Amino acid sequence: MNRRDLLKMIAAATGMAMVGGELWAAGMKSPDAGKTLYTADDVAMLDEIADTILPQTSSPGAKAAGCGAVMAVLVNDCYSLEHQTLFFAGLKHIKSLSKQQFKQDFMALKPEQKLALLSQLDLEAKKGGTSGLEGSSSLASSKSSDRKGELHYFTLLKQLSLFTFFTSQVGGTEALRYVAVPGKYDGDLPYKKGDKAWAT
Amino acid sequence: MTVAQNHYDAIVVGSGISGGWAAKELTEKGLKVLMLERGRPIEHIKDYPNAFKEAWDYPHRDKPTNQMKKDYPVLSRDYPLNESTFGMWANEQESPYTEVKRYDWFRGYHLGGRSLLWGRQSYRFNELDFEANLKDGIAVDWPIRYKDLAPWYDYAERFAGIAGVRDGLDVLPDGQYLPPVPLNIVEQSVAARLKKAFGGSRHMIHGRCANITQPKPEQNRVGCQYRNKCWLGCPFGGYFSTQSATLPVAMKTGNLTVRPFSIVTQVLYDKNTKKARGVEVLDSETNMTYEFTSNIVFLNASSFNSTWILMNSATDIWQGGLGSSSGELGHNVMDHHLGVGAFGEVEGFDDKYYFGRRPSGFYIPRFRNWGSDKRDYLRGFGYQGSASRQGWSRNVAELSIGADFKDALTQPGPWSIGMGGFGEILPDHSNRIFLDKNRKDKWGLPVLAMDVELKANELKMREDMKQDAIDILQAAGVKNVQGYAGDYGPGMGIHEMGTARMGRDPKTSVLNGNNQVWDAPNVFVTDGACMTSASCVNPSLTYMALTARAANFAVEQLKKGEL
Repeated sequence: MNRRDLLKMIAAATGMAMVGGELWAAGMKSPDAGKTLYTADDVAMLDEIADTILPQTSSPGAKAAGCGAVMAVLVNDCYSLEHQTLFFAGLKHIKSLSKQQFKQDFMALKPEQKLALLSQLDLEAKKGGTSGLEGSSSLASSKSSDRKGELHYFTLLKQLSLFTFFTSQVGGTEALRYVAVPGKYDGDLPYKKGDKAWAT
Repeated sequence: MTVAQNHYDAIVVGSGISGGWAAKELTEKGLKVLMLERGRPIEHIKDYPNAFKEAWDYPHRDKPTNQMKKDYPVLSRDYPLNESTFGMWANEQESPYTEVKRYDWFRGYHLGGRSLLWGRQSYRFNELDFEANLKDGIAVDWPIRYKDLAPWYDYAERFAGIAGVRDGLDVLPDGQYLPPVPLNIVEQSVAARLKKAFGGSRHMIHGRCANITQPKPEQNRVGCQYRNKCWLGCPFGGYFSTQSATLPVAMKTGNLTVRPFSIVTQVLYDKNTKKARGVEVLDSETNMTYEFTSNIVFLNASSFNSTWILMNSATDIWQGGLGSSSGELGHNVMDHHLGVGAFGEVEGFDDKYYFGRRPSGFYIPRFRNWGSDKRDYLRGFGYQGSASRQGWSRNVAELSIGADFKDALTQPGPWSIGMGGFGEILPDHSNRIFLDKNRKDKWGLPVLAMDVELKANELKMREDMKQDAIDILQAAGVKNVQGYAGDYGPGMGIHEMGTARMGRDPKTSVLNGNNQVWDAPNVFVTDGACMTSASCVNPSLTYMALTARAANFAVEQLKKGEL
């Protein structure tokens, strides 16, 4: 297998390039670099967002996998300044949308309210429409990094939630199947719908 | 006293794939050998700290941080920059180089070199590969033919352990194989359909890789466990590396001394004997300079660094260094150009999955400019690829977020198949490396400058590489086929070759048919620097065979008193 081409192919096929790929352009850190950019409240909010995207079902959800804290680390250490800024602004925007639509703090929303709010953002992001975020258009297109048009902050949130969940031990071993040392390869394994995917 | 301590029968510079082979062959034949490695030592198994780690064991889940990207601007151009192999690539701040044009140089400065990190695909050059330069009037003729190397390919394959199938194709000569890494049910189906669609002229075969599918107890190697973590170092000795294979054999003879942290700064040339008398070493930790003497020297420092050593040697006789009398030292840089291919989805196998993680997939050998096929460019390309079911990173466009979305992603998606081309780059005098004397590395040594680009022949070939990939997948019934032509900078293939080529004439080549430097016959260069042309197949197996052959020759000559 040609690992290098395969990675690019996966990125091209899924848009996962945004996690770890070219869109995480190297360069400047946020002016606050070195400090912890996120408070415990921020991490709690990231947990809630990730857990709304990937809730507990027959397997644990994103909060149980500790996604929020890892998301904060990845944004701090791996995101470009451009995406850090967009990400921050997105969190603020979600808070204000919550106030607008439900007259409550996002953290105080009922699960179905959170789902409704974030589903609407997901739809917006999928359509490639504006996020209603002031300046987001110029932010997202200021570099050659955005090939699909305007980048919606929710795309970052969703991809980061998926990435941190499915690469977590909880996600990898409980939501997915994981065998550390397979010892053999069987290329003709029967599959029935519902069987879990392999973690790696 | 100094003389006694510092004299060896042979010095091997470098410890990667070819250096490990040189040390093994020379020590097994009874020579006292000093192996010099510029980087740190890495002990088999003990020094593979990440071998059992998964994504969740890394602070950034194996992604590079902004700091890493800042420190490793070259590595960050492609896949190698990550947390799991961090520290296994040369430090770009300590060891910079100059890019006259973009050149991606991915180096392994540690014991074992890139033998620990390599892609392990192991194919033989074919008969035409050795004749092509002559037939095409390109560069110079190889001084050897396939038949000269065939027994050494056998020898190298038997020792290294190559998994594969004897497919009986002229374009890809068969070797000595262990059972193959299996193709999965979808790859088998696509392979069968491909054969039918192109009347048997194009083939999808098992990749041939240096992963052992049966134990090699004589080498203490358990074998491949299908973890697909080769580049982290394998505690099971599942793949060929210096540490897993050649070094233990060489150590066991009692004839090998390994000196890490040893930067070889020049070959010491004796103008009276017209031979090398040893090498000069700069200790990278103490900055002390040492001389080590020997009867023969093998340069296996990796293509460009072997040439760098030659360029810095005997400059009082030849301004351009040892081997520069040909005018070809540093010239004819080659790589394999890649980043072009296609992928699509395969229907009808939703009731099939797989178990285990393979270290290799399928291979489609070259079919362009082969047999009766004739294109408007020279040479050809092969494809490497695999089929698998899509994972959680796929789009499930019809689902919004929440429970159903999550449950869908915990199940495998549709089958995908994809492949990327590896194309031959022609040797071209204008593609060159040279010393940038205005720029020094951490140790005050001049750095290399790279002036390499793809030429018209490669650019034309890339069009075919993309379109043929699309055509092949479509002809085999793959759906939603998409071609891609990605970013490629010379060097990205990590198959740098040339710069001290073999040839038949000292006026036009640096090395003769036994890998001896024409101007110093007891100096052998058997890494990628020696390559006269590149073929389109992965080159490491050829370095192994060339090294074993040259070592055998060197010892015969020594015994005859000819060296």
